[in-house]
Amino acid sequence: MSSERLLAGRRRLSHAGKETVCAGTLNPVTISVMLQTLESRGTQEAASSFPAQYLKAFRFMLLARVLDEKMAGLYRAGKIQGGVFLGRGQEALSVALGLALRKGDVFAPLIRDGAGRLAFGEPVLDAVRTYLGSALGPMRGRDGNVHRGRPRQGLLPMISHLGAMISVVNGALMARRFQKLDGCVGAASIGDGATSTGSFHEGLNQAAVERLPLVLVVANNQYAYSTPNDRQFACEDLMDKAIGYGIPAHRVDGTDLEDCLRVLAMVVAQVRAGGGPQMVVGRLLRLTGHAEHDPGHYVDPQLKKSPLGRDCLTAAEERLLREGWANADAIRALRQQVVQEVSEAVATAQREPAPDPYKENWCALSSAHLIDVFEVPSLTSPP
Amino acid sequence: MSITYLEAIREAQAKALADDPRVFIYGQDIGAFGGAFKATKNLAQEYPGRVLDAPISEDAIVGAAIGAAIEGMRPIIEMQYADFSTPGFNQIVNQAATLFWRTQVPCPITIRLPSGGTSGAGPFHSQSMEALYAHYPGLIVMTPATVEDAYSMLLEAVAIDDPVIFCEHKRLYYHLKAPALPTEAMPVGKARIARAGRDLTIVAYSAMVQDALAAAEELAAEGFEIEVVDLRTVKPLDTDTVMASVARTGRLLCVGESFPWGGVTAEVLARVATEGFGLLDAPPQRLNAKDTPIPYHPNLWLVHRPTAQSVCAAARNLLQM
Repeated sequence: MSSERLLAGRRRLSHAGKETVCAGTLNPVTISVMLQTLESRGTQEAASSFPAQYLKAFRFMLLARVLDEKMAGLYRAGKIQGGVFLGRGQEALSVALGLALRKGDVFAPLIRDGAGRLAFGEPVLDAVRTYLGSALGPMRGRDGNVHRGRPRQGLLPMISHLGAMISVVNGALMARRFQKLDGCVGAASIGDGATSTGSFHEGLNQAAVERLPLVLVVANNQYAYSTPNDRQFACEDLMDKAIGYGIPAHRVDGTDLEDCLRVLAMVVAQVRAGGGPQMVVGRLLRLTGHAEHDPGHYVDPQLKKSPLGRDCLTAAEERLLREGWANADAIRALRQQVVQEVSEAVATAQREPAPDPYKENWCALSSAHLIDVFEVPSLTSPP
Repeated sequence: MSITYLEAIREAQAKALADDPRVFIYGQDIGAFGGAFKATKNLAQEYPGRVLDAPISEDAIVGAAIGAAIEGMRPIIEMQYADFSTPGFNQIVNQAATLFWRTQVPCPITIRLPSGGTSGAGPFHSQSMEALYAHYPGLIVMTPATVEDAYSMLLEAVAIDDPVIFCEHKRLYYHLKAPALPTEAMPVGKARIARAGRDLTIVAYSAMVQDALAAAEELAAEGFEIEVVDLRTVKPLDTDTVMASVARTGRLLCVGESFPWGGVTAEVLARVATEGFGLLDAPPQRLNAKDTPIPYHPNLWLVHRPTAQSVCAAARNLLQM
């Protein structure tokens, strides 16, 4: 067994979560105060209290789930054009990555990274505005749904071509190196399907050759749209692919928030310290169709019943209650809080103007003077 | 003293590196080796750490350039041959070309494509890709035909805040010479009257400008005054200059080295026919390569693409219409 495999071994937390912030079962007010305190502190300090970090992660997961469900509802009501892509079942892995990153890092999320986006700092309103096509959103109706981001804040807007964001993150990290900005990490999220692309190979190899601080997180959710793993790749484990690039890989149980938090925090810290790129493969199951138009009938019922089919959000909630890190009232209040946050964002975006095709600046270039002119003024007489 | 088209490209890159710390060059074999054509000769030594050899990964090369550009750098990418840009096509047309439109964040990257045919180069080292890239919104496509333009337009390409596809013609690399580097240049996006005339307009770009000028010279001996328009950039396409020329001559022949279906020559003819139909005294004509892959053997290659001789023949035919 390679050292990579050893690294990939499951790590269970030793401490029982009784110390520091979590002195007892929390009430809603305490949770709120605690989260605010956490947000005002650095990531390092917050990470020092595992239950607090767990609860913070849970809140983002819950927010992502509620946001997803709201978008799905709006889609079914005909209020959203195009697709709605849910992160159901992938919130734990996604949030763990988002929390391990910090301001100044670069993050290229994929379609099921709602939780990670929120944890990285994307406002709820960005998601809602993009889904609803608000002219005030970051994409202003020019792109929709999960194709959103704020490149200048390190949040890269994905294109639909899978694997294509990896090398873009690499380039951002190369720029940081040119600019002598140390201590940055770049993260890209992909799924099992994207590991079959040429872009995945080129991007990972490039990161390895340049020894870039890249964390590549593969959410193996068992299906790429409808295609199961056994029609997608023939290696025993997706971690095997990393060996070919000379980089370490780690396995993580994507249904287990604690495992995700521990492994991602460790990997991101190692990469930040300058150890070169690493890959993390999360095993989980997509608990939804590919998008809201897809009921996902093809998903193997046995898989759904297996441990892989466990809902990471439910499991995290059970853990909170079991450990006494939060009581049922506190969680109920938290849910109300995030439901309200999402409702307010939707109400805001729904009042906002849609893009006006007659006022749109139909110019794809930043250098407006170099735009090609197709409506040529007719020449009435030779000059 | 004289300077070649290739040396001008090398000098422009040296100047860009010297003038702007945000500039770096990334591509295959361009470091210590100096590039397959030596367009980056000694640059890695003169600018350590800023002229980087890349793995043979065109997709990742362009992707990295885009990421670096988002973070404020101004990368120059050398594709070893224009033909090899196809594995990077996705990043160019879907990522680089859409970034500004989607996010309002500019994508200042320059992609150098050593383009066009040379003797014996065959199907995969001879292609001209300008039409493919010009098709996509969000890209600027330059096709310099002179040493002066090779130099000044490459510097402009690096300075422009948008992705620029810089199609440099390999056949001009060593043979085309100028007395010195230019000190001033025409604005980007403006076509140039390479030779004035009143009987017929030949619109050309890249190396075909040289063939068109040779044809015009030959036809001058027969008493015809041919006007040659060098497009300089095919996107944006300077329709005004083309239309003004056609208004003077009443006859249009458009010449391109790439394949005949669609493309720059079709675009020029479409614009002149739709916007300037009344200016024409004869049906507009175009001349392209044959609709086959580019052949290896010099005998075949010579007939596959337009040459000064075939341009002359097409022009004579059009002059008699």
